Amino acid sequence: MKGASMIREKRKIVNVEFIAQTVFTVCAFFAVMAVASITLYMIWNGTPAIFQVGIKEILFSSTWKPTADKPSFGILYVILTSIVGTILAILIGVPIGLLTAVFLAEVAPKRLAAIVKPAVELLAGIPSVIYGLLGLMILNPLMYKWEQVLFKGSETHQFTGGANLISAVIVLAVMILPTVINISESAMRAVSPQLKAASLALGASHIQTIFKVIIPAAKSGIISAVVLGVGRAIGEAMAISLVSGSSVNAPLPFNSVRFLTTAIVSEMGYASGLHRQVLFTIGLVLFVFIMIINITLSKVLKKGEKAND
Amino acid sequence: MKKNTVKKLITAIGVTALMLGSLTGCGSTEAAAETTEVVEETVTEDAAAEVAEVEETVEETVEEENVDLNGTITMAGSTSMEKFANALAESFMAKYPGVTVTAEFTGSSAGVESVLAGSVDIGNSSRNLKEEEIANGAVENIVAIDGIAVVTDAANTVTGLTKDQLIGIYTGEIKNWSELGGEDLAIVVVGREAGSGTRGAFEEILEIEDACVYANELDSTGAVMAKVASTPGAIGYVSLDVLDDTVIALTLDEVEPSAETIKSGEYFLSRPFVMATNGEIAEQSEAVQAMFDYLQSDEGKELVASVGLIVVD
Repeated sequence: MKGASMIREKRKIVNVEFIAQTVFTVCAFFAVMAVASITLYMIWNGTPAIFQVGIKEILFSSTWKPTADKPSFGILYVILTSIVGTILAILIGVPIGLLTAVFLAEVAPKRLAAIVKPAVELLAGIPSVIYGLLGLMILNPLMYKWEQVLFKGSETHQFTGGANLISAVIVLAVMILPTVINISESAMRAVSPQLKAASLALGASHIQTIFKVIIPAAKSGIISAVVLGVGRAIGEAMAISLVSGSSVNAPLPFNSVRFLTTAIVSEMGYASGLHRQVLFTIGLVLFVFIMIINITLSKVLKKGEKAND
Repeated sequence: MKKNTVKKLITAIGVTALMLGSLTGCGSTEAAAETTEVVEETVTEDAAAEVAEVEETVEETVEEENVDLNGTITMAGSTSMEKFANALAESFMAKYPGVTVTAEFTGSSAGVESVLAGSVDIGNSSRNLKEEEIANGAVENIVAIDGIAVVTDAANTVTGLTKDQLIGIYTGEIKNWSELGGEDLAIVVVGREAGSGTRGAFEEILEIEDACVYANELDSTGAVMAKVASTPGAIGYVSLDVLDDTVIALTLDEVEPSAETIKSGEYFLSRPFVMATNGEIAEQSEAVQAMFDYLQSDEGKELVASVGLIVVD
């Protein structure tokens, strides 16, 4: 009798194990299926226009006139804007973010850190459209004033009323701050205290220790912070669609510009036929960019793991 | 149709019986019972002869009460038609409580695409239908005419432009308000994104298709209004019906933008509002037909005028 009940119990456990495992597997496949179907969908919808218009024409021509009698679908300026805009945002956002992280992890008195840290976390939670509205109300009028002074009497410059690349870059730089700060701060906190102690014991000052020991030791974490920041900046649409002016122009500081994301958002509503298909192709280009960024990220992380081993 | 006639007939008989019953209601109970019997006989005997007559009466009754019409109407399309479509849906549902009207604003092309795909009953388009759309079975029902107003910020001293000046501004030849008799201020050219009905209409009427040099391409009428209102020296174009005090509507060739001037043809910036159907109106559901009838009624015309549009005759 005793043996039989034990067997029954064992069978019960096996059953529970089996069911749990199935549930987990199904959940895991859900995410995988989402990624797979998005990839397939983007390729399926993005490629027809490539064959119809020609990949050279789309990627390397700078004329975007999708509704003309002889339409041209060149998105060179749009791609360049996304690249230049993202790089500039990183150049502004990363130093500020990194130094804030240093401040939080190493320098700040506990009380001050208790104020700064929640502020940074709050920044991460603000919806992007709010950033856009603030840019629209504060940055654009300011930029317009500068524009009027800088280009006074200019024959060639087209006045944009302050909606330009700089406004978009500033908004993006602020938006990537929380990502950069949080990830690099935890990377720095993860640096072994023995390294810091050794450096101080050798007579290095606190600041020297930060820049010569802690930051190099936290390098892989900081790089992944930067890559994630790039991902956030290149994928942002809402905020910059409000401040960038959305005309297709070369990415010069005071030009009204259009990013890959805003190119899709702003014209999807009314586009039809080939125009619509090209918008999907732009989506595919953006998708490829983000994939490249993600692959870089995972490579960086792997390298970091190896270095730590 | 057949099902409908039967329904109407039943209603007709019921209504007649009720009316006769109420007429004789003041007699004694006995008398009343007798009369009812008689009435019933009369109805059965004369039913055939009376059908035509009764149907007419009933149709009138139904039009007054609107209890008969049930169903849903779905619309999708132009964002420029949002105000009009919402007003139409609201007043139509108030008149026909049995009908539910829903409207989405996805853009003219998307709207026509949806009606052709059969996912909605009516596709709203703020431009004439394209040849390919008509070839695919879309029918162009023009329900109103919309005027496009050219607006500047409220502080601008220029109050009117000629057609050539307007073309000059939008093609980038004229860059400063001082060239137009205004103050020394750069012109910020604001427009809509490629594919927008308003932009299509504006460029087509001025014959500057894809020759425009925009400093701002915004993706909604509201955004254009906000940008123009807040930017000194800006110029933009919007539907006539969204005009308010935050901007100045310019006269074009010395004609004020207004319903009268557009109707008379003096004001040249105008475009049709199309409610496209998949096939002729007569092939649509009863509710959709009723909506088009409603638009042609006096009430409907009043509605069109009330949202700042011009009635089609």
